[in-house]
Amino acid sequence: MDESWTLVNINRLIMKKIKNYIKTFLLWELWQGLSVTLRNFFRPSTTIQYPEEKTPQSSRFRGLHALRRYPNGEERCIACKLCEAVCPALAITIESEVADDGTRRASRYDIDLFKCIYCGFCEEACPVDAIVETRIHEYHMEAPGENIMTKDKLLAIGDKFDNLITKDKAADAKYR
Amino acid sequence: MPLYLQNLVIITTQILAVTICVILTVAFTTYFERKVIGYMQGRIGPNRVGIKGLGQPFADVIKLLIKEVVIPSRSNRYLFVIAPLLSLIPALATWAVIPLTDGFVIADINAGLLYVLALTSVGVYGVLLAGWATNSKYAFLGAMRCAAQIVAYEIAMGFALVGVLMASGSLNLGEIIASQSGGFSQWFIIPLFPLFMVYFISGVAETNRAPFDVAEGESEIVAGFHVEYSGVAFAVFFLAEYANIILIAALTSIFFLAGWSSPFEGWVFLGEGNFLREPSFFWLAVKICFFIFVFFWIRATFPRYRYDQIMRLGWKIFIPVTIVWIAVEGVMVWMKVGPWSI
Repeated sequence: MDESWTLVNINRLIMKKIKNYIKTFLLWELWQGLSVTLRNFFRPSTTIQYPEEKTPQSSRFRGLHALRRYPNGEERCIACKLCEAVCPALAITIESEVADDGTRRASRYDIDLFKCIYCGFCEEACPVDAIVETRIHEYHMEAPGENIMTKDKLLAIGDKFDNLITKDKAADAKYR
Repeated sequence: MPLYLQNLVIITTQILAVTICVILTVAFTTYFERKVIGYMQGRIGPNRVGIKGLGQPFADVIKLLIKEVVIPSRSNRYLFVIAPLLSLIPALATWAVIPLTDGFVIADINAGLLYVLALTSVGVYGVLLAGWATNSKYAFLGAMRCAAQIVAYEIAMGFALVGVLMASGSLNLGEIIASQSGGFSQWFIIPLFPLFMVYFISGVAETNRAPFDVAEGESEIVAGFHVEYSGVAFAVFFLAEYANIILIAALTSIFFLAGWSSPFEGWVFLGEGNFLREPSFFWLAVKICFFIFVFFWIRATFPRYRYDQIMRLGWKIFIPVTIVWIAVEGVMVWMKVGPWSI
């Protein structure tokens, strides 16, 4: 637009100023703001009533850990310590032994939930799909030391939620 | 029973009635506020205590009552305790002259409007004393801001009421309402619209509500004048603030929206004896609720004013606007062009 000081331009500037003045006195912009809040007032709220309602959860959700078994009941974990090596938070501690049938087994498999950052690297690293992160995220500790998930506790979770874990892994399998 | 004892009983009953009614209304006003602002922000507000969260205000009150009142050792003990009362009492006492329906008023005094102006001005001393007595920098800053703001807006508010006074020709609140009777077209909001806006916005400023809540200004001076108040003492300040909101809403509806009279007076097609046509407390309640809603609506919408903007609005816009409109109104009254007849 031509910004020179022609009579037309000066006229336009004055008109703009008068227009702004009227707008200010009519509280034009304030009404616009009020209309936004009023429209939102009649819009349904986005609140999720948490314990009763829950948001949808991905099958890849990384929550509490579990150790899995083969369908015949044999532990999957072979104490290869790849998860221990990959763990960026050094949350996993593994000790291995030779089991009665001559296989290599973990005699100790501890995950410190206070150190764990739930990155899912252990699950990625595991060659036998033994350690997994389930979608369980509602858990708590009541006494000191309960943050350490021992092998027994992890296996118990794996047994308890076997169906859920198997289903989630199957859903994700085609993308791997 | 001797006369003075009778009077004592009657007056005490009236005081108790006003106090209890206002406190109960305040309780549900806080609930209303949280719900309104919640919905405007896409939330749902309190909904856990009682049915639909209606028990929430009582839970809050009980929490505040059983908390300890901490009195700072360097504060002025006497003033510190008396300040919250001083801000609450005027807010309650003003209700004495507010007519709820035709003739239903505790004190039908001739100088009702002056009484209202006087008492609403006293309320600010509570805030000032609180800021002073606390002996804390934040509280003092809050009190000073509050003082300057109230001085600025009290003038505009008074001038806006001069307009009402000129139009109605009376200081009695009942007569002010009576002079607006005859349906929506007779209400002072139409000829006095600029004064109505000035009065209501000044009312928001007087009650220290957002966007004029620099006296509290929690992002700058923590909680302003009531930074050191806790427990019951804080509850009383809280009560005073909300009582003032209800009061300003009631006064605005009385001065500009004809209080208890119906907007549909004389509308034939509503049918004879339809309660919508009759003046009643229902209409006053509707108007008060609407203005309370507007208070919360404004709070949910606008960010806090900068301090110099508050001063500019009060001194350089509101006061000239009211003076100009009073002059215009004077000409209108003189030429007998207004909807009123004096």
